[in-house]
Amino acid sequence: MSDRTHVGCGCQRGASHEGAGHGGAAVHVDERRVNVMSVRLRVWRQKHAGDKGGFVEYDAGRLTPDMSFLEMLDVVNEDLQRDGDEPIAFDSDCREGICGACSLVIDGVPHGPGQGVTTCQVYMRNFSDGATITIEPWRAQAFPVVRDLIVDRSAFDRIIGAGGYNSTNTGSATDANSALISQAQAEEAFDAAACIGCGACVATCKNASAMLFVAAKVKHLNILPQGQPERRQRTVAMLKAMDDEGFGHCTNEYECEAVCPKEISVEHIAFLNREYLRAQVLSSGMRPVITEA
Amino acid sequence: MALDGHTPGGPLAEKWDRHRFDLKLVNPANKRKHTVIIVGTGLAGASAAATLAELGYNVKSFCIQDSPRRAHSIAAQGGINAAKNYQNDGDSVYRLFYDTIKGGDYRAREANVYRLAQESVNIIDQCVAQGVPFAREYGGTLANRSFGGAQVSRTFYARGQTGQQLLLGAYGSLMRQVHAGKVELYARHEMLELVVVEGVARGIVTRDLTTGKMESHVADAVLLCTGGYGNAFFLSTNAKGSNVTASWRAHRRGAYFANPCYTQIHPTCIPVAGGFQAKLTLMSESLRNDGRVWVPSAPGDQRAPEQIPEGDRDYYLERRYPSFGNLVPRDVASRAAKQACDEGRGVGATGRAVYLDFADAIRRDGESLIRQKYGNLFQMYEEITNENPYKSPMRIYPAVHYTMGGLWVDYNLMSNLPGLFVLGEANFSDHGANRLGASALMQGLSDGYFVIPYTLGGYIAGTPLTDINTSHPAFVDAEKEAQGRLDALLAVQGKRTVDDFHRELGLLLWDHCGMARTGAGLTQALERVREIRQQFWQNVTVSGSTGELNQALERAGRVADFMEFAETMIHDALARDESCGGHFREEHQTEEGEARRDDENFAHVSAWEFTGPGEKPTLHKEALEFQNVALTQRSYK
Ligand SMILES: Cc1cc2nc3c(=O)[nH]c(=O)nc-3n(C[C@H](O)[C@H](O)[C@H](O)COP(=O)(O)OP(=O)(O)OC[C@H]3O[C@@H](n4cnc5c(N)ncnc54)[C@H](O)[C@@H]3O)c2cc1C
Ligand code: SF4
Ligand code: FES
Repeated sequence: MSDRTHVGCGCQRGASHEGAGHGGAAVHVDERRVNVMSVRLRVWRQKHAGDKGGFVEYDAGRLTPDMSFLEMLDVVNEDLQRDGDEPIAFDSDCREGICGACSLVIDGVPHGPGQGVTTCQVYMRNFSDGATITIEPWRAQAFPVVRDLIVDRSAFDRIIGAGGYNSTNTGSATDANSALISQAQAEEAFDAAACIGCGACVATCKNASAMLFVAAKVKHLNILPQGQPERRQRTVAMLKAMDDEGFGHCTNEYECEAVCPKEISVEHIAFLNREYLRAQVLSSGMRPVITEA
Repeated sequence: MALDGHTPGGPLAEKWDRHRFDLKLVNPANKRKHTVIIVGTGLAGASAAATLAELGYNVKSFCIQDSPRRAHSIAAQGGINAAKNYQNDGDSVYRLFYDTIKGGDYRAREANVYRLAQESVNIIDQCVAQGVPFAREYGGTLANRSFGGAQVSRTFYARGQTGQQLLLGAYGSLMRQVHAGKVELYARHEMLELVVVEGVARGIVTRDLTTGKMESHVADAVLLCTGGYGNAFFLSTNAKGSNVTASWRAHRRGAYFANPCYTQIHPTCIPVAGGFQAKLTLMSESLRNDGRVWVPSAPGDQRAPEQIPEGDRDYYLERRYPSFGNLVPRDVASRAAKQACDEGRGVGATGRAVYLDFADAIRRDGESLIRQKYGNLFQMYEEITNENPYKSPMRIYPAVHYTMGGLWVDYNLMSNLPGLFVLGEANFSDHGANRLGASALMQGLSDGYFVIPYTLGGYIAGTPLTDINTSHPAFVDAEKEAQGRLDALLAVQGKRTVDDFHRELGLLLWDHCGMARTGAGLTQALERVREIRQQFWQNVTVSGSTGELNQALERAGRVADFMEFAETMIHDALARDESCGGHFREEHQTEEGEARRDDENFAHVSAWEFTGPGEKPTLHKEALEFQNVALTQRSYK
């Protein structure tokens, strides 16, 4: 399945105020920007989980280099809708790299070109005029496609539910300064806690393993004093949940680190492995033991 | 109807304690017999859902994102206030209370704000126990910074990602309860109707955004934690999905909307670059601790910033407000930037920007210290603008950021509809006409962790409810209505896209109901909104069907509600014939151009009752009584 639609030629602009910016002053928008740049898109379209899906090509014009990649898709979608066609479905919300919603594989790379950025932080200046760009959803057994470029990542929520927290009921906390935490330790915990749960690590991994995601949460909590009481259960339970959800095993390919928008280090995976061994040794016979992680 | 906030009696500092004692308790064994619907999983919703489930209630939790962890709260950057006084620099519960009342330009309820200040200290304890990696001092104690013009250091922070870390803490607690079977989670579900039975909120109608299926849910109480309405302006710093639908639907069913004209315009955002722009990006206010705001002294000065000598620069905040300087509250800083640009002294290609300059700070502290403090923000600026802020000053401009208005609630956070509670940014309660930096996170978590567990119990224990199910006519009708609205949107089959209409509405609101408002402009805007709304229903194009994942349809429904809401917002701005906080009526200003309040006539909450689409809503007033602070003209000079 492959057909081509021509969008973005600038016809039918609607009655929008594109000549004026917020604030009322004239903004150097349209004239200078019409067709400054155009690209050809190959986009994965799939109506629903059960549909086979396939690539559809679109020519997208009147783009500018300082548009974000998702703003480019917004423009394409508006043109599709003006023609009565269904827009390309994709997830996004914050559009500033923190919510973890956006999730496109751009030219084979989750979150596209650039180090340490999410899809919503990719700009058209990263592409050359006239380029052909392929856009696909995350692909992993545990992340079934919902529609077009949207996948179901609820498996991540269930892994967190299995142990990605400290069990402290509201009201039971001691004074916040009662446990001292060195600056270095707080920083280390933060580095791991910065994970946005986007799933790029899974999408890029040939085993579709969620080890980097799990390791980040285990590291964050297991090195803090508040996380000690559940250190072992957490490690074992989260790894078991990861297995149960159908994520693969880690074979140290390190592709995850390379695409992670928050540059979560694979060293956390080594930490997780040590935590797991430790948990097994300390709890053998006492807790559910999983055979492999 | 005179509106009663149900503020408890007694001295300010004892009200909450006394009230908690007076509230009835639900027997622990009985809690599991009660179901609570919580719409929203931001700080307010996630904290409430986790806490109520811990107490034993059955909770149903809803959000529109694919995961509760992605609620808009995740994007909050700067920090969270608490009156811990760890710095021994003069802070106290009373001072936080006082600063919040004053910062809100004396348009908030004293008792609510005092309770917020009291609970603030518990929030930090709870979050640290959850493992929130707050910044630390070398000795291992928690670090604080001064934020948003406060003269004490009471802001706790986790790099520039405080909201993320707080939300992940609350989300972890929520997921623990989901795992334990106490919370049923409905992600990618949008609430489209509130269901009211015999005058009492008893449930909601939702649409499963994956399948398009309409569903009804019954409960003993409904909590709306659905965030603010800043996206009425199309461009704002809010997440793309933030919307007014849940609040608006509840409003249409009888809940009063309070102070909708109170909108916060944040002074430090990256300026608009072009007509395609999808949203605006906030640059944390903490930048104003070291950055100096300036514009050229002369209008039309086109020189590059480095070429403009000191003598030709106007550091207008430092000049106008010598004691607070660059740290004046948000509303004051935003208006001053607008003024400078209106005088033709704005910079950048659009002329709608001012400089935020770090050259002095870099000279004083060295680039590496500045990098350490603000590295991620500088990087973000460079990614978006392709300019290096270490070398030349940032360009910033105000943008819509937060909404102080919201559904009216009493001291118990219950709306005028019994059984409907409203928490977080969605209610109107604590920030008056202007919110101080780092106080929204505090309020959302205070509402969810420490207020609702008590007040909800009081309601449930004291209210006999009839047994009903989703076949009750009120549910059947509400489902039909919601479905009918979607069908109507698809049936228009016009030519203009939803975003196109939304942009037009946003520009109109920005021009006439934004940083500065006039009676004439507002009257004109009211007319225009009606026209846009009519055109929308005649000429919008929404493709696809209702029985599938359909993002165009989702947006269309939200924009349709923004269109109706916008009218109420303008009515409110017109009726409030004074200036206060973020609401600046040009007719009411001092000689120096500062907001001039009219306490005699406007020391009240304006709560609007829905009377029909396009009809003027009915105004109800709740008088604000100040027994503890004296009303003064805010001065930051
Ligand atoms: C960029 C930015 C930075 C900020 N920084 C700070 C800061 O440093 N300090 C501070 O104190 N405040 C800050 N704020 C303000 C603060 O983040 C928000 O006010 C606060 O997080 C709101 O939390 P909430 O729980 O009320 O709502 P939100 O976090 O907005 O959550 C709303 C929830 O409701 C759900 N929802 C909405 N509508 C529906 C519907 N119809 N059906 C089902 N679900 C629905 C959403 O899915 C979401 O889960 C910042 C705001 C912005 C925009
Ligand atoms: S580890 Fe990185 S890539 Fe994986 S979910 Fe977290 S942020 Fe995304
Ligand atoms: S949209 Fe939130 S991270 Fe990209």
